[in-house]
Amino acid sequence: MSNIEDKTIICRCEDITLAELRDMIKEGFTTLDEIKRISRLGMGPCRGSNCLEIAAREIARMTGRGLADIKMPTNRPPNSGIKLGVLAGEEDE
Amino acid sequence: MRRMNKNTAEVVIIGGGVTGCSIAYNLAHQGCRDVVILEKSYLASGSTGRCGAGIRQQWGTEMNCILSRESVKLFEEMNDTLNVKRDIEFKQKGYLLLAYSEREMNQFEKNLALQNSLVIPSRRVSMDEIRKIVSYLNLEGVKGATFCPTDGHANPFRVTQAYAGEAVRLGAKIYTETEVLDIKTRGGKIQGVETDRGFISTENVVNAAGGYAFAVSSMAGIKLPVKSERHEILVTEPVEPLLDPMVMSFSYNIYCQQTPEGTFIMGYGPEDAPESFSIRSSRYFLRKMASKVTSLLPVLSNLRVVRQWAGLYNITPDNQPILGEVPGLDGFYLAVGFSGHGFMIAPMVGILMAEMILGKDLSMEHKLDLGRFERGELILEPSVV
Repeated sequence: MSNIEDKTIICRCEDITLAELRDMIKEGFTTLDEIKRISRLGMGPCRGSNCLEIAAREIARMTGRGLADIKMPTNRPPNSGIKLGVLAGEEDE
Repeated sequence: MRRMNKNTAEVVIIGGGVTGCSIAYNLAHQGCRDVVILEKSYLASGSTGRCGAGIRQQWGTEMNCILSRESVKLFEEMNDTLNVKRDIEFKQKGYLLLAYSEREMNQFEKNLALQNSLVIPSRRVSMDEIRKIVSYLNLEGVKGATFCPTDGHANPFRVTQAYAGEAVRLGAKIYTETEVLDIKTRGGKIQGVETDRGFISTENVVNAAGGYAFAVSSMAGIKLPVKSERHEILVTEPVEPLLDPMVMSFSYNIYCQQTPEGTFIMGYGPEDAPESFSIRSSRYFLRKMASKVTSLLPVLSNLRVVRQWAGLYNITPDNQPILGEVPGLDGFYLAVGFSGHGFMIAPMVGILMAEMILGKDLSMEHKLDLGRFERGELILEPSVV
Protein backbone atom coordinates (compact mmCIF):
# COMPACT_ATOMS: atom_id res chain seq x y z
CA MET A 1 0.00 0.00 0.00
CA SER A 2 2.61 2.55 1.08
CA ASN A 3 4.63 1.68 -1.99
CA ILE A 4 1.77 2.67 -4.26
CA GLU A 5 1.23 5.88 -2.29
CA ASP A 6 4.91 6.73 -2.70
CA LYS A 7 4.75 6.27 -6.46
CA THR A 8 1.43 7.99 -7.09
CA ILE A 9 2.09 11.57 -8.22
CA ILE A 10 -0.99 13.64 -7.50
CA CYS A 11 0.45 17.06 -8.41
CA ARG A 12 2.38 16.75 -11.64
CA CYS A 13 3.65 20.36 -11.68
CA GLU A 14 5.39 19.98 -8.33
CA ASP A 15 5.93 16.19 -8.22
CA ILE A 16 3.96 15.72 -5.02
CA THR A 17 3.03 12.14 -4.15
CA LEU A 18 -0.06 10.81 -2.45
CA ALA A 19 2.15 9.74 0.48
CA GLU A 20 3.45 13.31 0.88
CA LEU A 21 -0.09 14.68 0.79
CA ARG A 22 -1.25 12.20 3.43
CA ASP A 23 1.74 13.09 5.62
CA MET A 24 0.84 16.78 5.48
CA ILE A 25 -2.76 16.06 6.45
CA LYS A 26 -1.56 13.87 9.33
CA GLU A 27 0.76 16.69 10.40
CA GLY A 28 -2.29 18.92 10.83
CA PHE A 29 -2.51 20.80 7.54
CA THR A 30 -6.16 20.14 6.91
CA THR A 31 -7.10 22.95 4.52
CA LEU A 32 -6.19 23.28 0.85
CA ASP A 33 -4.95 26.82 1.48
CA GLU A 34 -2.37 25.56 3.97
CA ILE A 35 -1.29 22.55 1.92
CA LYS A 36 -0.96 24.71 -1.18
CA ARG A 37 1.34 27.17 0.58
CA ILE A 38 3.48 24.61 2.35
CA SER A 39 4.03 22.33 -0.63
CA ARG A 40 3.10 24.41 -3.74
CA LEU A 41 0.45 21.84 -4.59
CA GLY A 42 -1.82 23.52 -7.13
CA MET A 43 0.49 26.49 -7.65
CA GLY A 44 2.14 25.23 -10.85
CA PRO A 45 1.35 26.05 -14.48
CA CYS A 46 -1.69 23.70 -14.53
CA ARG A 47 -3.18 25.84 -11.75
CA GLY A 48 -4.35 22.89 -9.72
CA SER A 49 -6.67 21.48 -12.35
CA ASN A 50 -6.00 17.87 -11.25
CA CYS A 51 -4.47 17.93 -7.81
CA LEU A 52 -6.82 20.22 -5.90
CA GLU A 53 -9.80 17.91 -6.27
CA ILE A 54 -7.76 14.84 -5.32
CA ALA A 55 -6.35 16.69 -2.30
CA ALA A 56 -9.82 17.88 -1.27
CA ARG A 57 -11.10 14.28 -1.36
CA GLU A 58 -8.16 13.08 0.75
CA ILE A 59 -8.69 15.83 3.35
CA ALA A 60 -12.41 15.00 3.52
CA ARG A 61 -11.71 11.28 3.87
CA MET A 62 -8.95 11.61 6.46
CA THR A 63 -10.69 14.24 8.61
CA GLY A 64 -14.16 12.72 8.33
CA ARG A 65 -15.63 15.88 6.84
CA GLY A 66 -17.91 16.14 3.83
CA LEU A 67 -16.30 17.12 0.52
CA ALA A 68 -18.61 20.14 0.40
CA ASP A 69 -17.01 21.43 3.62
CA ILE A 70 -13.51 21.54 2.09
CA LYS A 71 -12.93 25.09 0.94
CA MET A 72 -11.35 25.53 -2.49
CA PRO A 73 -8.52 28.12 -2.68
CA THR A 74 -9.21 31.46 -4.35
CA ASN A 75 -9.00 31.12 -8.12
CA ARG A 76 -6.52 33.82 -9.17
CA PRO A 77 -6.21 35.38 -12.61
CA PRO A 78 -5.17 34.92 -15.37
CA ASN A 79 -7.22 31.82 -16.16
CA SER A 80 -4.45 30.34 -18.28
CA GLY A 81 -0.78 31.18 -18.66
CA ILE A 82 -0.24 34.29 -20.79
CA LYS A 83 3.20 35.33 -22.02
CA LEU A 84 4.55 38.56 -20.55
CA GLY A 85 5.42 39.72 -24.09
CA VAL A 86 1.81 39.31 -25.19
CA LEU A 87 0.52 41.19 -22.15
CA ALA A 88 3.07 43.97 -22.74
CA GLY A 89 1.85 44.29 -26.34
CA GLU A 90 -1.72 44.75 -25.13
CA GLU A 91 -0.75 47.87 -23.27
CA ASP A 92 0.49 49.53 -26.45
CA GLU A 93 -2.79 48.95 -28.29
CA MET B 1 -19.02 27.00 18.53
CA ARG B 2 -15.50 25.57 18.72
CA ARG B 3 -14.33 27.11 21.99
CA MET B 4 -10.62 27.48 22.64
CA ASN B 5 -9.27 25.04 25.22
CA LYS B 6 -7.49 27.91 26.94
CA ASN B 7 -8.87 30.92 28.80
CA THR B 8 -5.74 32.56 30.13
CA ALA B 9 -2.23 33.26 28.82
CA GLU B 10 0.89 35.21 29.70
CA VAL B 11 0.99 36.81 26.24
CA VAL B 12 -1.62 36.88 23.47
CA ILE B 13 -0.38 37.71 19.96
CA ILE B 14 -2.94 38.90 17.45
CA GLY B 15 -1.91 37.89 13.92
CA GLY B 16 -0.42 34.63 12.64
CA GLY B 17 1.89 36.12 10.04
CA VAL B 18 5.65 35.86 10.10
CA THR B 19 5.94 38.64 12.69
CA GLY B 20 3.48 37.10 15.15
CA CYS B 21 5.01 33.64 14.76
CA SER B 22 8.56 34.99 15.17
CA ILE B 23 7.53 36.81 18.36
CA ALA B 24 5.82 33.67 19.70
CA TYR B 25 8.88 31.53 19.02
CA ASN B 26 11.26 34.04 20.58
CA LEU B 27 9.08 34.45 23.68
CA ALA B 28 9.02 30.67 24.15
CA HIS B 29 12.72 30.39 23.37
CA GLN B 30 13.48 33.08 25.96
CA GLY B 31 11.50 31.21 28.58
CA CYS B 32 7.91 32.45 28.29
CA ARG B 33 6.03 29.43 26.99
CA ASP B 34 2.48 30.45 27.91
CA VAL B 35 1.90 32.22 24.60
CA VAL B 36 -1.16 32.20 22.35
CA ILE B 37 -1.40 33.29 18.72
CA LEU B 38 -4.85 34.25 17.44
CA GLU B 39 -5.21 34.18 13.65
CA LYS B 40 -8.43 35.05 11.86
CA SER B 41 -7.67 32.82 8.86
CA TYR B 42 -4.66 30.49 8.41
CA LEU B 43 -0.96 31.17 9.09
CA ALA B 44 0.65 33.60 6.59
CA SER B 45 -2.75 34.24 4.99
CA GLY B 46 -2.28 38.03 5.04
CA SER B 47 0.62 40.26 4.09
CA THR B 48 3.31 37.63 4.80
CA GLY B 49 2.00 35.12 2.31
CA ARG B 50 1.36 37.81 -0.27
CA CYS B 51 4.76 39.51 -0.16
CA GLY B 52 7.55 39.57 -2.73
CA ALA B 53 9.73 37.26 -0.61
CA GLY B 54 12.80 39.46 -0.98
CA ILE B 55 15.44 39.96 1.69
CA ARG B 56 17.38 43.21 1.45
CA GLN B 57 19.87 45.04 3.64
CA GLN B 58 20.33 48.05 1.34
CA TRP B 59 18.27 50.54 3.32
CA GLY B 60 18.49 54.25 3.92
CA THR B 61 17.91 54.35 7.69
CA GLU B 62 20.03 52.98 10.50
CA MET B 63 17.16 51.00 12.06
CA ASN B 64 16.12 49.28 8.81
CA CYS B 65 19.79 48.48 8.08
CA ILE B 66 20.43 46.90 11.48
CA LEU B 67 17.14 44.99 11.64
CA SER B 68 17.72 43.53 8.17
CA ARG B 69 21.44 42.82 8.70
CA GLU B 70 20.72 40.89 11.92
CA SER B 71 17.80 39.11 10.28
CA VAL B 72 20.01 37.92 7.40
CA LYS B 73 22.32 36.28 9.95
CA LEU B 74 19.28 34.53 11.44
CA PHE B 75 17.94 33.44 8.02
CA GLU B 76 21.36 31.92 7.26
CA GLU B 77 21.07 29.54 10.21
CA MET B 78 17.30 29.13 10.28
CA ASN B 79 17.00 25.62 8.84
CA ASP B 80 19.06 24.42 11.81
CA THR B 81 18.00 26.73 14.63
CA LEU B 82 14.30 26.10 13.99
CA ASN B 83 14.73 22.37 13.22
CA VAL B 84 12.73 22.85 10.05
CA LYS B 85 11.01 19.98 8.32
CA ARG B 86 10.84 21.93 5.06
CA ASP B 87 13.72 24.04 3.74
CA ILE B 88 13.07 27.78 3.99
CA GLU B 89 14.61 28.15 0.50
CA PHE B 90 16.98 30.92 1.51
CA LYS B 91 18.91 32.23 -1.50
CA GLN B 92 21.69 34.82 -1.35
CA LYS B 93 22.37 36.02 -4.86
CA GLY B 94 22.15 39.70 -4.03
CA TYR B 95 19.98 42.72 -4.80
CA LEU B 96 20.93 44.94 -7.74
CA LEU B 97 19.48 48.43 -7.22
CA LEU B 98 19.36 50.57 -10.35
CA ALA B 99 19.56 54.38 -10.33
CA TYR B 100 18.06 56.37 -13.22
CA SER B 101 19.33 59.85 -12.34
CA GLU B 102 22.34 61.51 -10.73
CA ARG B 103 20.10 62.57 -7.88
CA GLU B 104 19.07 58.99 -7.24
CA MET B 105 22.69 57.86 -7.43
CA ASN B 106 23.60 60.51 -4.86
CA GLN B 107 20.98 59.08 -2.52
CA PHE B 108 22.43 55.61 -3.15
CA GLU B 109 25.91 56.90 -2.24
CA LYS B 110 24.53 58.22 1.07
CA ASN B 111 22.80 54.90 1.69
CA LEU B 112 26.01 53.01 0.89
CA ALA B 113 28.00 55.09 3.38
CA LEU B 114 25.44 54.29 6.08
CA GLN B 115 25.24 50.59 5.15
CA ASN B 116 29.03 50.19 5.04
CA SER B 117 29.38 51.94 8.42
CA LEU B 118 27.06 49.20 9.74
CA VAL B 119 29.16 46.45 8.10
CA ILE B 120 26.65 45.65 5.35
CA PRO B 121 28.73 44.50 2.33
CA SER B 122 26.97 46.63 -0.31
CA ARG B 123 28.95 48.48 -2.97
CA ARG B 124 28.61 50.66 -6.03
CA VAL B 125 28.94 48.69 -9.25
CA SER B 126 30.14 49.96 -12.66
CA MET B 127 28.16 49.53 -15.87
CA ASP B 128 30.51 46.67 -16.81
CA GLU B 129 29.85 44.96 -13.50
CA ILE B 130 26.10 45.34 -13.98
CA ARG B 131 26.47 43.54 -17.31
CA LYS B 132 28.41 40.77 -15.58
CA ILE B 133 25.74 40.37 -12.92
CA VAL B 134 22.78 40.38 -15.39
CA SER B 135 24.09 40.20 -18.97
CA TYR B 136 20.75 40.81 -20.71
CA LEU B 137 19.58 43.79 -18.63
CA ASN B 138 18.41 46.78 -20.69
CA LEU B 139 20.68 49.56 -19.43
CA GLU B 140 18.89 52.40 -21.24
CA GLY B 141 18.65 55.34 -18.85
CA VAL B 142 20.57 53.59 -16.07
CA LYS B 143 23.02 55.97 -14.40
CA GLY B 144 24.51 53.56 -11.87
CA ALA B 145 23.75 50.78 -9.45
CA THR B 146 24.56 49.29 -6.08
CA PHE B 147 24.81 45.62 -5.21
CA CYS B 148 24.77 43.68 -1.96
CA PRO B 149 25.77 40.03 -2.44
CA THR B 150 24.22 38.75 0.79
CA ASP B 151 20.71 40.04 0.02
CA GLY B 152 18.27 37.57 -1.48
CA HIS B 153 15.09 35.56 -1.02
CA ALA B 154 13.34 33.13 1.32
CA ASN B 155 10.00 31.34 1.23
CA PRO B 156 7.57 33.30 3.47
CA PHE B 157 5.20 30.36 4.07
CA ARG B 158 8.02 28.06 5.05
CA VAL B 159 9.62 30.66 7.34
CA THR B 160 6.29 31.36 9.07
CA GLN B 161 5.67 27.64 9.46
CA ALA B 162 9.19 27.14 10.81
CA TYR B 163 8.62 29.72 13.55
CA ALA B 164 5.11 28.42 14.27
CA GLY B 165 6.23 24.79 14.42
CA GLU B 166 9.07 25.48 16.83
CA ALA B 167 6.92 27.81 18.96
CA VAL B 168 4.33 25.06 19.33
CA ARG B 169 7.00 22.47 20.20
CA LEU B 170 8.11 24.84 22.98
CA GLY B 171 4.58 25.15 24.35
CA ALA B 172 2.90 28.01 22.47
CA LYS B 173 -0.69 27.55 21.30
CA ILE B 174 -1.90 28.69 17.89
CA TYR B 175 -5.58 29.16 17.13
CA THR B 176 -6.30 29.67 13.43
CA GLU B 177 -9.78 30.49 12.10
CA THR B 178 -10.19 32.54 15.28
CA GLU B 179 -11.27 36.15 15.04
CA VAL B 180 -10.47 38.77 17.65
CA LEU B 181 -13.58 40.81 18.44
CA ASP B 182 -12.42 43.09 21.24
CA ILE B 183 -9.54 43.93 23.55
CA LYS B 184 -10.59 44.60 27.15
CA THR B 185 -8.68 47.25 29.09
CA ARG B 186 -9.12 48.79 32.52
CA GLY B 187 -7.26 51.61 34.21
CA GLY B 188 -4.50 51.74 31.60
CA LYS B 189 -3.95 47.99 31.68
CA ILE B 190 -4.80 45.08 29.40
CA GLN B 191 -7.34 42.61 30.78
CA GLY B 192 -7.96 40.18 27.99
CA VAL B 193 -9.03 39.43 24.45
CA GLU B 194 -12.54 38.54 23.29
CA THR B 195 -12.70 36.19 20.29
CA ASP B 196 -15.40 34.33 18.39
CA ARG B 197 -14.21 31.23 20.24
CA GLY B 198 -14.24 32.61 23.77
CA PHE B 199 -12.39 35.01 26.06
CA ILE B 200 -8.72 34.81 27.05
CA SER B 201 -7.60 36.79 30.06
CA THR B 202 -4.08 38.19 29.75
CA GLU B 203 -2.01 41.19 30.80
CA ASN B 204 -0.02 41.32 27.57
CA VAL B 205 -1.31 41.68 24.02
CA VAL B 206 0.81 42.05 20.90
CA ASN B 207 -0.72 43.69 17.85
CA ALA B 208 0.92 41.89 14.90
CA ALA B 209 -2.08 42.24 12.63
CA GLY B 210 -0.28 43.48 9.48
CA GLY B 211 -2.73 45.21 7.15
CA TYR B 212 -5.34 45.28 9.91
CA ALA B 213 -3.14 46.82 12.61
CA PHE B 214 -5.26 49.97 12.83
CA ALA B 215 -8.49 48.06 13.43
CA VAL B 216 -6.89 45.87 16.10
CA SER B 217 -5.39 48.83 17.96
CA SER B 218 -8.70 50.64 17.79
CA MET B 219 -10.23 47.79 19.81
CA ALA B 220 -7.98 48.94 22.65
CA GLY B 221 -8.82 52.59 22.01
CA ILE B 222 -5.47 53.37 20.37
CA LYS B 223 -5.42 55.23 17.04
CA LEU B 224 -2.23 54.41 15.13
CA PRO B 225 -0.58 56.61 12.48
CA VAL B 226 -0.69 53.82 9.89
CA LYS B 227 -2.61 53.27 6.68
CA SER B 228 -3.04 50.23 4.50
CA GLU B 229 -2.43 50.25 0.79
CA ARG B 230 -2.95 47.58 -1.87
CA HIS B 231 0.16 46.35 -3.69
CA GLU B 232 -0.10 43.91 -6.58
CA ILE B 233 2.28 41.17 -7.65
CA LEU B 234 2.53 38.24 -10.05
CA VAL B 235 4.41 34.98 -10.53
CA THR B 236 5.45 33.18 -13.71
CA GLU B 237 5.90 29.55 -14.65
CA PRO B 238 9.18 28.01 -13.41
CA VAL B 239 12.18 27.86 -15.76
CA GLU B 240 15.86 27.01 -15.43
CA PRO B 241 18.04 29.50 -13.48
CA LEU B 242 18.28 32.74 -15.50
CA LEU B 243 18.52 35.58 -13.01
CA ASP B 244 20.67 35.54 -9.89
CA PRO B 245 19.86 38.76 -7.99
CA MET B 246 16.71 40.66 -7.26
CA VAL B 247 16.65 43.52 -9.79
CA MET B 248 15.05 46.58 -8.27
CA SER B 249 14.57 50.25 -8.98
CA PHE B 250 12.68 52.87 -6.99
CA SER B 251 12.41 55.44 -9.78
CA TYR B 252 11.65 52.96 -12.59
CA ASN B 253 9.47 51.37 -9.89
CA ILE B 254 9.96 47.63 -10.17
CA TYR B 255 11.28 44.58 -8.41
CA CYS B 256 11.81 41.21 -10.02
CA GLN B 257 13.55 38.09 -8.73
CA GLN B 258 13.76 34.43 -9.73
CA THR B 259 13.02 32.10 -6.83
CA PRO B 260 15.05 28.91 -6.20
CA GLU B 261 11.97 27.07 -7.53
CA GLY B 262 12.53 28.77 -10.92
CA THR B 263 9.49 31.04 -10.95
CA PHE B 264 9.84 34.82 -11.27
CA ILE B 265 8.08 37.04 -8.73
CA MET B 266 7.62 40.68 -9.67
CA GLY B 267 5.75 43.81 -8.72
CA TYR B 268 5.78 47.59 -8.62
CA GLY B 269 4.42 50.17 -6.21
CA PRO B 270 1.04 51.71 -7.06
CA GLU B 271 1.09 55.37 -8.05
CA ASP B 272 -0.91 57.55 -5.62
CA ALA B 273 -2.61 54.54 -4.07
CA PRO B 274 -5.67 55.41 -2.00
CA GLU B 275 -5.98 53.97 1.49
CA SER B 276 -7.54 50.60 0.88
CA PHE B 277 -8.25 47.15 2.26
CA SER B 278 -8.87 45.71 -1.18
CA ILE B 279 -6.81 42.65 -2.05
CA ARG B 280 -8.31 42.12 -5.50
CA SER B 281 -6.00 42.03 -8.48
CA SER B 282 -6.36 44.19 -11.58
CA ARG B 283 -5.95 43.75 -15.31
CA TYR B 284 -4.24 47.15 -15.35
CA PHE B 285 -1.43 45.84 -13.13
CA LEU B 286 -0.93 42.77 -15.30
CA ARG B 287 -0.42 44.83 -18.46
CA LYS B 288 1.67 47.55 -16.85
CA MET B 289 3.87 45.02 -15.03
CA ALA B 290 4.42 43.06 -18.24
CA SER B 291 5.35 46.22 -20.09
CA LYS B 292 7.82 47.35 -17.43
CA VAL B 293 9.54 44.01 -16.99
CA THR B 294 9.83 43.08 -20.67
CA SER B 295 11.43 46.45 -21.33
CA LEU B 296 13.99 46.01 -18.53
CA LEU B 297 14.52 42.24 -18.92
CA PRO B 298 13.48 41.45 -22.53
CA VAL B 299 14.47 37.80 -22.15
CA LEU B 300 11.39 37.29 -19.95
CA SER B 301 8.95 38.06 -22.82
CA ASN B 302 8.27 34.39 -23.49
CA LEU B 303 7.58 33.54 -19.86
CA ARG B 304 3.99 32.82 -18.96
CA VAL B 305 2.25 34.49 -16.03
CA VAL B 306 0.72 31.79 -13.85
CA ARG B 307 -0.96 33.85 -11.16
CA GLN B 308 -1.43 37.39 -9.90
CA TRP B 309 -2.62 38.56 -6.50
CA ALA B 310 -2.44 41.48 -4.10
CA GLY B 311 -1.69 42.21 -0.47
CA LEU B 312 -1.59 45.10 1.94
CA TYR B 313 1.33 47.31 2.89
CA ASN B 314 0.73 48.82 6.32
CA ILE B 315 2.51 52.16 6.03
CA THR B 316 3.79 54.60 8.66
CA PRO B 317 4.68 58.27 8.09
CA ASP B 318 8.42 57.43 7.93
CA ASN B 319 8.20 53.97 6.25
CA GLN B 320 9.69 52.35 9.33
CA PRO B 321 7.83 49.95 11.64
CA ILE B 322 6.39 50.79 15.06
CA LEU B 323 7.76 48.46 17.74
CA GLY B 324 7.17 48.42 21.46
CA GLU B 325 4.70 49.13 24.26
CA VAL B 326 2.05 51.81 23.90
CA PRO B 327 2.65 54.66 26.39
CA GLY B 328 -0.30 54.80 28.79
CA LEU B 329 -1.58 51.29 28.10
CA ASP B 330 0.57 48.81 30.01
CA GLY B 331 0.97 45.46 28.30
CA PHE B 332 -0.19 46.58 24.84
CA TYR B 333 2.66 45.99 22.40
CA LEU B 334 2.90 46.98 18.76
CA ALA B 335 4.75 45.21 15.95
CA VAL B 336 3.07 47.03 13.08
CA GLY B 337 3.55 49.43 10.18
CA PHE B 338 6.20 47.43 8.37
CA SER B 339 5.65 49.51 5.23
CA GLY B 340 6.27 46.61 2.84
CA HIS B 341 9.35 45.07 4.47
CA GLY B 342 8.05 43.10 7.43
CA PHE B 343 9.01 39.67 6.16
CA MET B 344 12.71 40.37 5.76
CA ILE B 345 13.15 41.84 9.26
CA ALA B 346 10.80 39.51 11.13
CA PRO B 347 13.60 37.35 12.62
CA MET B 348 15.20 40.28 14.47
CA VAL B 349 11.86 41.94 15.24
CA GLY B 350 10.80 38.74 17.01
CA ILE B 351 13.88 38.75 19.23
CA LEU B 352 13.55 42.44 20.06
CA MET B 353 9.83 42.25 20.83
CA ALA B 354 10.31 39.21 23.08
CA GLU B 355 13.05 41.04 24.97
CA MET B 356 10.80 44.10 25.43
CA ILE B 357 7.83 42.05 26.60
CA LEU B 358 9.97 40.08 29.07
CA GLY B 359 11.73 43.20 30.33
CA LYS B 360 15.19 41.99 29.28
CA ASP B 361 18.16 43.98 28.04
CA LEU B 362 17.68 44.70 24.33
CA SER B 363 20.07 43.16 21.77
CA MET B 364 20.09 46.42 19.82
CA GLU B 365 19.40 50.05 20.49
CA HIS B 366 15.91 50.76 19.28
CA LYS B 367 14.32 54.02 18.15
CA LEU B 368 11.12 52.74 16.60
CA ASP B 369 8.67 53.33 19.43
CA LEU B 370 5.25 54.91 18.88
CA GLY B 371 6.35 58.04 20.72
CA ARG B 372 8.67 59.12 17.90
CA PHE B 373 5.76 60.54 15.92
CA GLU B 374 4.76 62.87 18.76
CA ARG B 375 8.35 63.83 19.41
CA GLY B 376 8.76 64.60 15.71
CA GLU B 377 11.80 62.34 15.46
CA LEU B 378 10.98 61.02 12.01
CA ILE B 379 13.76 59.70 9.83
CA LEU B 380 12.19 58.94 6.47
CA GLU B 381 13.21 55.71 4.81
CA PRO B 382 13.81 56.83 1.22
CA SER B 383 14.18 53.40 -0.38
CA VAL B 384 10.83 51.66 -0.77
CA VAL B 385 8.89 50.26 -3.72
